[in-house]
Amino acid sequence: MHEAVVEIESPKTGVVEKAAYEHPWAVRFCHWLNAVALLVMVASGFQIFRAFPSFSAKIPQKDLLNWPKAFTLGGWLGGGLQWHLTWVWIYVGTGLFYLGYQICSGNYRQVLFTPRDVAGVWPMLHYYFFFGPKPVIREVYNPLQKLAYTSALGLGILSVLTGIAVWKPVQFSWLAWMMGGFHWARIWHFAVMWAILFFLLGHLVMVVLHGWSNFASMLTGWKKNPEYLSREPVP
Amino acid sequence: MESRIDNRKFKRATRRELLKLAPVLAVGAFAIPGFQEPLLKVGLEFSDWASAKLFRSGHLAPTFADSEVAPLEKFPINGYDVEDPGVDLDKWTLSVTGAIQQPGDYKLAQFQSLPRVRQNTRHVCVEGWDVIGRFGGARLSDFLQMIGADTTARFVSVECADDYYESLDMATALHPQTLLCYEMYDQPLTREHGAPVRLQIPTKVGYKQAKYLTALKVTNVLSRVGYWEDQGYSSFYGL
Repeated sequence: MHEAVVEIESPKTGVVEKAAYEHPWAVRFCHWLNAVALLVMVASGFQIFRAFPSFSAKIPQKDLLNWPKAFTLGGWLGGGLQWHLTWVWIYVGTGLFYLGYQICSGNYRQVLFTPRDVAGVWPMLHYYFFFGPKPVIREVYNPLQKLAYTSALGLGILSVLTGIAVWKPVQFSWLAWMMGGFHWARIWHFAVMWAILFFLLGHLVMVVLHGWSNFASMLTGWKKNPEYLSREPVP
Repeated sequence: MESRIDNRKFKRATRRELLKLAPVLAVGAFAIPGFQEPLLKVGLEFSDWASAKLFRSGHLAPTFADSEVAPLEKFPINGYDVEDPGVDLDKWTLSVTGAIQQPGDYKLAQFQSLPRVRQNTRHVCVEGWDVIGRFGGARLSDFLQMIGADTTARFVSVECADDYYESLDMATALHPQTLLCYEMYDQPLTREHGAPVRLQIPTKVGYKQAKYLTALKVTNVLSRVGYWEDQGYSSFYGL
């Protein structure tokens, strides 16, 4: 069953529903693996940050925030580093596999934000935040979603690049230099993490608002009665 | 044209799709106490392997203008237990052993007779802080040459007056910026910064740069890696 759209008939009631295959296996696999990896990276990152919760000089040190132990992973600095330096490979590997799949399969077309999506962003924002009229949904991802997911991917790439600059400020001195040196690379790494967490918050709110069928599509690939299909005239 | 199927067939299909995600559950191994430690060990070792591969002997750490150097009093002191292990600076020697032609006890004057290197480099602590300091001393590579060290050996290990210990891969030991440091800010090393001689390695994180050296060994086998490494820190931690 690889068709993009099927009609499902209930033999008992005779009701016919539609379902679309939105998310290929590779995308769902990467989504969930990345979800775990992201949480591990954030939690172990907080553990590492607790060793020096500051961006100033060591002397005199002004703590920015002593992140609660409950949100950390690893138990101590060495443990946090072990988790961080182990899971970074899963995080990066998942990202590369995802990118490779999207590019080779052409599946990126349904999610990549392109200039032609620009015009559709404001109507979606208007609808979500300012009680505007609901725009017509024609695709798997609306323009605002494309913008959000494309940005999230960009943030993921930035999290890796800033992380490399923090981990290897000498071997990748050009990368650290582009970020303003090791000291600033560490600040950027932290800022990118918060940007990702901000995306995650918005993502989770949207998942809750859009209900079970939408959520289940990231598990099975199939979404029942998606909006863009209900608009098609029934033959 | 869309195909029409009955809902039982659809349910079977979606269940199959769901099962295909089962491989993700493999990461649950990290939650099993018996697996967690070995998995993290493998992960850290892989990172160290990658670090060693990324190290380039000819690539220098960034150096800085005198105006960018932090004042000495702002240079943090991070001894792991004591700030002054009470080294007798007059009688101090470095005991040198291992795969070398001239083992023995070396005096400070012998390090000072080697070409003196002064460099403004960034010191990066594993905790996350960093500071630009001014360091001076002899290249470890010059010293290794002077004592006739077998530079095909894998490691240089050191011991310290405060029973701290460390080890270095040979590639880093031979790096031109790796110093047997006896000066900071053009003055003799102070006791809290590791007098009379410490390692200063701009291509390594701080805990590899041991203070108050008392012994140095060129070796192919390490019975122990380093004070922090043996508790779970990265063995290589090159910057």
